[in-house]
Amino acid sequence: MKITCNEATEICDKSQYKEASVWEKIKLGTHLFLCKKCGLYAKQNKMMSVCLRKLKEAESHKTHHLNQDEMNCMAQELKTKIEA
Amino acid sequence: MSVTDKQFLNPEKWVSLHADYLFNYTISRLNDRDLAKDLVQDTFFSALKAKDNFKGESSERTWLIAILKRKIVDYYRKINSTKGKAEVRMSFYAEGEREGEWLEERAPTDWSGEIEKKIENEELAIVLEKCIESLPEKYAMVFRMKTVHQIETEDICNELEITSTNFWVIIHRARTQLRKCMEENWFKI
Repeated sequence: MKITCNEATEICDKSQYKEASVWEKIKLGTHLFLCKKCGLYAKQNKMMSVCLRKLKEAESHKTHHLNQDEMNCMAQELKTKIEA
Repeated sequence: MSVTDKQFLNPEKWVSLHADYLFNYTISRLNDRDLAKDLVQDTFFSALKAKDNFKGESSERTWLIAILKRKIVDYYRKINSTKGKAEVRMSFYAEGEREGEWLEERAPTDWSGEIEKKIENEELAIVLEKCIESLPEKYAMVFRMKTVHQIETEDICNELEITSTNFWVIIHRARTQLRKCMEENWFKI
């Protein structure tokens, strides 16, 4: 039942993605009840998730494209190989 | 699949048909334009060499993606064994009586000031990006795939050929270091 700060914070990280098991969450809850540092970590970790969500949203609107020059260059190099 | 459904390869058209798609796929895993471009080009070369192995049972694109995936896992292995040796800084005692406890200088401290305002601040994204960038490459790669590009844990583990235990250790180390970096460079200044 007793876990270390290292284990507790790993479960806390896992739960940011909603992938911690029920048993893990119980162990984490018990640890947080007793450990101030990990309590602070848990609180700040949630804020980190809020920040990261913004990054994720910005990224989800982006697609990355090759420009025409890059495409031409790639096609040219491939062509040499095909003909070789 | 009937005979008429059999797929054929058309290398002359690979770049115009698939380069952009493969490039976008790679970027969401490697976050490096030049490297992504190299891997895509390399994929075409390997595919050309192996074109006699193409059985026509899958589409051309699926086949190319499979080759690209090999390139990505090879790259991951490389950074995991050489440059990746630059491990993240430890946050917890690794041994002894206090094993698993916070190292004093790495433990969270109160974030002063107006946290909410700092979260709303547009410069946050820049600092956050820099902090992710400062992680050893292997950690940044796995962390981004999961957190920024939202690839499923199972898929990441399959693609990079790592166990889920290993995966969560990487995420854990990345997040502890990231928290510390944000504390020093954003929330406490």
